[in-house]
Amino acid sequence: MYALADCFRLKRQNGSDMDDNKIKNRIEHAVFICIILVLGLFTQNTYYLQIMTFIGINTLLALGLNMLIGYAGQISLGHAAFYGIGAYTTAILSGTFGISPWLSLLCAIGVAVLIAFVVGLPTLRLSGYYLGMGTLGFGMIVNILFREWSSVTGGSSGFVGIPVLEAGKVSFMSGQNYFFLVWGVVLGAILMCRRILASRMGRALRSIHDGEKASLAVGVNTHYLKLQIFMFSASLGAVAGFLYAHFVLFISPESFGFMVSVKMVTMVVIGGMASVWGALLGASLLTLLPEVLHGFAEYEMIVFGLILMVVMIFMPQGLTRGFLDMYEKARKKRQ
Amino acid sequence: MQEIIQYLFSGITTGAIYAVIAVGLSMLYSSTELINFAHGEFVMIGAMSMVTFWVHMALPLPVAIGCTLALGCALGLLFERFAIRTARNPQPIVLVIITVGASIFLRGTGMIVWGKDPFSVPPFSNHESLEIFGAALLPQSIWIVAAALLLAGGIHFFLKRTLTGKAMVASAVNQKAAWLSGIPPERMAVLAFAISTGCGAVAGIFIAPVTMSSYDMGTILGLKGFCAAMIGGLGSLWGAFAGGILLGVLESLGAGLISSGLKDAIAFILLLLILYVRPGGLFSAKEAKRF
Repeated sequence: MYALADCFRLKRQNGSDMDDNKIKNRIEHAVFICIILVLGLFTQNTYYLQIMTFIGINTLLALGLNMLIGYAGQISLGHAAFYGIGAYTTAILSGTFGISPWLSLLCAIGVAVLIAFVVGLPTLRLSGYYLGMGTLGFGMIVNILFREWSSVTGGSSGFVGIPVLEAGKVSFMSGQNYFFLVWGVVLGAILMCRRILASRMGRALRSIHDGEKASLAVGVNTHYLKLQIFMFSASLGAVAGFLYAHFVLFISPESFGFMVSVKMVTMVVIGGMASVWGALLGASLLTLLPEVLHGFAEYEMIVFGLILMVVMIFMPQGLTRGFLDMYEKARKKRQ
Repeated sequence: MQEIIQYLFSGITTGAIYAVIAVGLSMLYSSTELINFAHGEFVMIGAMSMVTFWVHMALPLPVAIGCTLALGCALGLLFERFAIRTARNPQPIVLVIITVGASIFLRGTGMIVWGKDPFSVPPFSNHESLEIFGAALLPQSIWIVAAALLLAGGIHFFLKRTLTGKAMVASAVNQKAAWLSGIPPERMAVLAFAISTGCGAVAGIFIAPVTMSSYDMGTILGLKGFCAAMIGGLGSLWGAFAGGILLGVLESLGAGLISSGLKDAIAFILLLLILYVRPGGLFSAKEAKRF
């Protein structure tokens, strides 16, 4: 309910408090940029660079979904659809029709936002499990479309022939350049999310999470707001899909199926909902985990499933919150 | 005409399997408000256990079915005890991820135990197929539909006529009030879990002779079970049953008359339509709350 109260206390916050927060945010962003620069400049191993690029792409997905799940409190089990729509739109436009990839990025975002609008309009009126099932159904239908519309999408054998990104003389053939491109976009997305969250819209959003009826009563147009945030997270998904398609240069329907949607939700929840850095943590863990688990060979799935269950059973608030709680407990014991 | 009847027969057969899956899900939802995303994996375990017990170990059919059923129920018990009840903060989204984790775990276990190759199970009886209006009706189909009806009837009888069943219904309606009148809610939840996963195993037993079974068959079956349960109305036993049959028939007709590629999409298109038009399901008497 605090967020609800915030809605009214628009500008009455203590001035110095605001400045403190601003400085803290600036420091966080500076540290983030430094880490990216160091990792990007000093990593020579192409495999590591590739993994870190994937982490960036997944962070974009988790950021977008986190706005929807963590802040607005609306579950989506079909978000991989937007990821796929972004990837396939750019693949078809730039691969089949030879349009410039940057123009097709705009188209990909446009298509994803439009579809999010059309689908969100009726679906977001549902809530709880019903919303989960509705988004799940949407995701499955889009995935089946990717698989069956083979004259356009290449069907289940996939789409080949996606061009490499280029800007002037710089070629984004996979490697360092692509790493910086992806993480630059991630940084932009983080800044954008934080801007939205600090605005009036962000407060209204959190008020929906706390109690939809109550925020309706104080004049928040909840349906419209949910729709807006759904469209925003769809556009981030489409950007991630664009980056993915031009990175791996080959896409197939499996990369955007139900399990991918679930993985996205897991990133958000495991990292810690309603936290920008939580999305980053969740995306990193869920990208790294399968790589680490390759060592278990056949037992990979079993271990992955177990980790998922154990974390959720014992740390339902996500790892960020879970570790903070453990730290607090340990400190109290020592005192 | 002949074709349509043929599609109807095969649709009702798969529909009966969806119905049994949906009944298990619906039953669990009505008594614990939980959607079990690992439900499809219990179907897989049912089918694969039939392969082990009946084909590989050559046990007599009733014994093999009994063993499979017992395994399904026992795994359900363990799942409830160790994963669901120990969860500290049972928010829906957390429970969804726990059950998804369980489904990945079970699929991984299935892959280790049974390998990646698909198996087939011979039909339960070797009678000739009947001919009705020129369409062939396999005895297997009659078996499946009859057993599905029997199962749903049995659950109905259990819930309406036995003391334990009534206690379970009471616990589902109002847990606190039920607890006050001496009904242990944990035991009811465990029981609901065992019955639900048992239904999953039964669906697996039915499906084993109809299609090839492999470790990754569960997910899509589980999802279609949800669709069926949603179409009929989540939480209603006969609604879920009817939803399953309807889904099976429409799928078979759609695949036969329109395009076989879109067969899998039909379930989800129906799901969306139902959610938009009548979220409570086709057969719900009252307008459902959308939460």
